[in-house]
Amino acid sequence: MDYQEILAKYADMPGGMIEAFHAIQEELSYLPEEAIIEAAQVFGKPVAQAYGVATFYSMFSVKPRGKNVIRICESAPCHVAGAAEVVAALEKELGISMDSSTADGRFALEFTECVGQCQGTPVITINGKPYVDVSPAKISGILAEYK
Amino acid sequence: MAEEMRIVLRNYGKIDPLKIDDYIALGGYDSLNKARSMSNPDLISEVKASNLRGRGGAGFNCGMKWNFAYQAQADQKYVICNADEGEPGTYKDRLIMENDPHTLLEGMAICAYAIGATKGYIYCRGEYPSVAKTLKLAIAQAKEKGVLGDFSIEVRLGAGAYVCGEETALIESIEGKRGEPRIKPPFPPVIGLWGKPTIVNNVETFANIPVIVEKGSAWYAAIGTPSYPGTKVVTLTGDVANKTFFEVPTSTTIREVIFQFGGGIAAGKEFKAVQIGGTSGAFIPASQLDTQIGFDAMTAIGAALGSGAVFVLDESRDLIDVTARIAKFFAHESCGKCAPCREGTMRVHDLMDKINGGKGVSADIALLNKLGRVMSYSCLCGLGQAAPSPVLSTIEHFSADYNAKLM
Repeated sequence: MDYQEILAKYADMPGGMIEAFHAIQEELSYLPEEAIIEAAQVFGKPVAQAYGVATFYSMFSVKPRGKNVIRICESAPCHVAGAAEVVAALEKELGISMDSSTADGRFALEFTECVGQCQGTPVITINGKPYVDVSPAKISGILAEYK
Repeated sequence: MAEEMRIVLRNYGKIDPLKIDDYIALGGYDSLNKARSMSNPDLISEVKASNLRGRGGAGFNCGMKWNFAYQAQADQKYVICNADEGEPGTYKDRLIMENDPHTLLEGMAICAYAIGATKGYIYCRGEYPSVAKTLKLAIAQAKEKGVLGDFSIEVRLGAGAYVCGEETALIESIEGKRGEPRIKPPFPPVIGLWGKPTIVNNVETFANIPVIVEKGSAWYAAIGTPSYPGTKVVTLTGDVANKTFFEVPTSTTIREVIFQFGGGIAAGKEFKAVQIGGTSGAFIPASQLDTQIGFDAMTAIGAALGSGAVFVLDESRDLIDVTARIAKFFAHESCGKCAPCREGTMRVHDLMDKINGGKGVSADIALLNKLGRVMSYSCLCGLGQAAPSPVLSTIEHFSADYNAKLM
């Protein structure tokens, strides 16, 4: 589904811009500028306001990014459980640094705050799916699911 | 010896959360029927008399809040469930929604009847997509069974903004805007979602409601500590032997939480500090471990029960490093609407990084203390007001850790 169809689907939902943005990202992994401009029109808001929404929430990206979004929790419980080592292992495995995407467009690497899976710190999520008790040794196995 | 008592997690592991019939077989939705046989004022009085206080952190009397919305005159009213559980170290609401979604729906439907609302929203954090699916399925099942009557519920997904746990920011977000808190008053029970009277309660608060209606206010008011009765779901993280969750009466002490339920400090080390209520909570030293976890007992020691997260640190931990990390969290999550929070969280983060990097001087600590106090009373919402408390409490109780890192 392209973004026009998605926006049309949510047009009648009061305050539905955020829901629509989620749906667009599920398809495209980010919010293209044209989609934000069109969203403003569909929901009857100034473009500045639509852009304001797109940039306020940490799960939305206004820049293209890899298809599978890997988020690493760096909140205090994950911090003391060794999140920094998981970050290093992911950067090494993917050959990129945090806040960037692989050249083949397969993975994006981002920080997140707490994702509410604190029974098994440290935690990462891939496309919203949590992986708990992550260690550097487990990284390549987890990533293999997405290759 | 303290014992676990399950009220909001009463059906945990006993039912298939994806089957409404399982919930109904255990008496589910009986409380809603009972509530609907009562008059609205009687129902609200009953909730008020139970002295149930909000489980999201603010601790306001639930029945009193409902009464404000009941008395407000409007053609439409709303019930919102705050499921934007973003306080680091907290996953209690997820446990409730994943394992017993109907208890939440029933609690919301009872509230809707009490205040005269026909429309409800569950604002579920964007980090819980699978929970949102479970909730949508539960809502569809409840609709098919007709148990909710004329009350409809919609699930809205957050998108990764901690501040949206603040009720007016949450309302802004449901309206499709940036999640920036509103100036209060007016409070949501008077002017809330789309300008209409709105009740915003936490997941855990709603999950208590069916049981209070079933067993009565007197039964509930007698559990735990009288000024904040009932139970609290706590989630243990950090250097504790059992990183797990449990539900205990509010008269349970911090010591019991960590050393009895949590099995003590992991790897045979010594206790150093515990932060309760999430990342905005105060760090508590060993000398205060016999404090009860109830709202007022925690407030009395300058701490907060908050969301019920319990983050334990052992003797080997660098408390300044952890506090600096927390300062970064608030600098990132500040929404930027009010200057004391926007500038304050950034400066606190700068100063904490400076001290943590071994470049601090004692004047920096004095500055942090002053800045923190200014923020605690001048920030617009709870985020900025609570943001300095990890810093202020570590300066108060663990000054030696700071001094050891000064230039």
